[in-house]
Amino acid sequence: MLASIWFILWGVLWAVYFMLDGFDLGLGTLMPFVAKNETEKRMVYSAMGPFWNGNEVWLIAAGGVTFAAFPTTYAVMFSGLYSALMLILFALIFRGVAIEFRREADHPQWRKLWDYCLTLASFLPALLLGVAFANIFQGIPIDEEGIFQGTLFSLLNPYGILGGLFFVLMFLLHGALWLAVKTEGDLHDRAASLAAKLWIAMAASAVAFLVATWFYTRLYDNYLQNPMFYMVPIILIPLLTVAALVMIRVYLAKAQWWRAWFSSCGVIVGATLFGVVGLYPNMLPSSLNPAYSLTVHNSSSSPLTLKIMLGVALIFVPVIIAYQSYVYHLFSGKLKESDLLEESSY
Amino acid sequence: MDVLMLSRLQFAAATFFHFLFVPLTLGLSILIAIMETKYVRTGDEEYKRMARFWGKIFLINFAIGVVTGITLEFQFGTNWSRYSQYVGDIFGSLLAIEATVAFFLESTFIAVWALGWNRLSAKAHAVTIWLVAVAANLSAVWILIANSWMQHPVGYVIRNGRAELTDFLAVVTQSYAIHQFVHTVSAAYILSGFVVMGISAYHLLRKQHTSFFNRSFRMGLAMALIFSIVAVVQGHMNGAKVAAAQPTKLAAMESLWETKQGAPQYLLVVPDEKNQKNRLEWGAIPGALSLLAYHSTEATVKGLNDFPEDERPPVTLTFLSFRIMVGLGLLFLLLTVIGWLKRNKLEESPGFLKVMLYSIPLPYLAAEAGWALAEVGRQPWVVYGVMKTSAAVSPIAASQVMISLAAFVLVYSALGAAAFYLIANHARKGPEPVKVQVEERRD
Repeated sequence: MLASIWFILWGVLWAVYFMLDGFDLGLGTLMPFVAKNETEKRMVYSAMGPFWNGNEVWLIAAGGVTFAAFPTTYAVMFSGLYSALMLILFALIFRGVAIEFRREADHPQWRKLWDYCLTLASFLPALLLGVAFANIFQGIPIDEEGIFQGTLFSLLNPYGILGGLFFVLMFLLHGALWLAVKTEGDLHDRAASLAAKLWIAMAASAVAFLVATWFYTRLYDNYLQNPMFYMVPIILIPLLTVAALVMIRVYLAKAQWWRAWFSSCGVIVGATLFGVVGLYPNMLPSSLNPAYSLTVHNSSSSPLTLKIMLGVALIFVPVIIAYQSYVYHLFSGKLKESDLLEESSY
Repeated sequence: MDVLMLSRLQFAAATFFHFLFVPLTLGLSILIAIMETKYVRTGDEEYKRMARFWGKIFLINFAIGVVTGITLEFQFGTNWSRYSQYVGDIFGSLLAIEATVAFFLESTFIAVWALGWNRLSAKAHAVTIWLVAVAANLSAVWILIANSWMQHPVGYVIRNGRAELTDFLAVVTQSYAIHQFVHTVSAAYILSGFVVMGISAYHLLRKQHTSFFNRSFRMGLAMALIFSIVAVVQGHMNGAKVAAAQPTKLAAMESLWETKQGAPQYLLVVPDEKNQKNRLEWGAIPGALSLLAYHSTEATVKGLNDFPEDERPPVTLTFLSFRIMVGLGLLFLLLTVIGWLKRNKLEESPGFLKVMLYSIPLPYLAAEAGWALAEVGRQPWVVYGVMKTSAAVSPIAASQVMISLAAFVLVYSALGAAAFYLIANHARKGPEPVKVQVEERRD
């Protein structure tokens, strides 16, 4: 029971991470396509500046909770996906440094270099996180000892690549919507029209991914085998996700940017939870033999640790949500050129 | 090289590099918070300019600290998966708690501080840097509790083929952790004080912004002086902690091969690790080691030769790290005491200012040496007495680690160079000019 609660929290942490850092990663990837001059580039940086660091901590928390609540899953996942994780890690290093060091650059060539870093280092984690999760949904080749029998390239199978593509498009749309929320004028218009185009591509990739999931994974088994137990998630999660996807388009048409962005949050959270619920009780299904799979039950920490951690989470997560909401509220206004003149502006 | 050695090198590289940036974050955040508080209390614009000037350096330093910190969390899983699996129940939960109670706070409010000068009242803005400072130091509490558990595991039982938590309070309140925290933050505050003094000395030597840098210097001095005293006094007590918890580390850091009653400390020792003896021992202080370790000049201290060979740490490295750390620690005390005597006539002491300017790298060296002593001296154990490092490594291909290690060395060298270049650049440029008009605020 305790382990199952942590499994849900684990899924929620990943969902929140994707929802928040998703727009940073999307926006970073989009930058060369939406920002035409130096001012607009600085606007793009400023749109994520106050948030990226706080957003990234949700990844640290998701990783930390995997370590603390499901140590065996953490050990096998991180060592098995070594190369993919190292690439994500280096990308996140470059992403953070690009955002924070660009403003220190006094020469255009340096700024150009940081811009390249940002784009590549935003695209790569978006892609690889999608590839990694798709592979987890599908099952990865782990043997009896929990040793990974594949390579980085075996992760790049058709379903894995489709998952990566879906994540990239989901984040690109999320980033474009955020930019539409945060800016005015040309940059805003460009972001809005891009969002409309991205919506079509994203919806198409979502459908393709869901169909492929039927053929490549056993995620739907949970939904089909336990209709009673899954009554709530079966009705809520897919319905809400699809509804949110439709609502993005509706709000885009009405030029209601905040609502469109919140709907996009709904899609990301819904899609993540859809996958995670389908995975239960598996955390890392083995593609070699289902008996080798790591599950909520065979990879969790002791009840005492889970209890203490739950206490900490129940107290601090609401506090974190409260102060992060305050910060979002504080910096929620549209960016103006005068903001770029401020101390420490991007 | 095998996976074990490569992973150890990679972990060492990642940790040492990360720790080049952590101490300044811990101490400078507090100094900036004090500057800004003084600004709020007195309305003296110079304190605000101080907070901004040192704040720029802080932000560059902070950015590298943050991005290199993720590496450490990832590495336990990627390179030390057997360790993670074996002790995740305890060690993993401490890291997760650190992220939840401290790192979120720090990472969220640093941006508010950096970008919120015109959005918040002066008071609220000062609160944000205090939040960052408290969170950063709280982060250190949890990380050091986790590390202390590796040094001196308590509150656990071996069950279900792994270490499981039995007493959370014992883990978080053990005196080893308290000592390690006090020692590490002292080092961090000394380092921060020396960086502030060194940069201030640069400008005072050029007779520019003298009021600004006199104030800064004295604040750095106060911090470094207080914690130099703390570090020396508490460091002495640490000797007894290490003797009790890790007798092999004690023997290695003193290069003591034979068990001795009333063991002396030597002023000069040249260890000969291969032949398991010292090539040279000179200047004995009788009974000093026994006194340090067991509070009695007559006590018996166990030598390395009485421990199984496969339980001894690398002696030369442990020994040298200890000597460098202690030697520099005493030097910092001397320099800060001299500084205190000269604090009101700094500009008349160019010689001293020059020494302080060129001393900036020394506390970095001392802090890294301290970690080398803690970590190398714990070998061959990853968790002392419970799990050997060789049993902790991931079952992965050496080629993978070779590539990632090479990437770390390349990327980190470039980032380190960029960060220190930018910090030096800001430091040389000095504070922004005094504004004639008081800025408008949204109160």
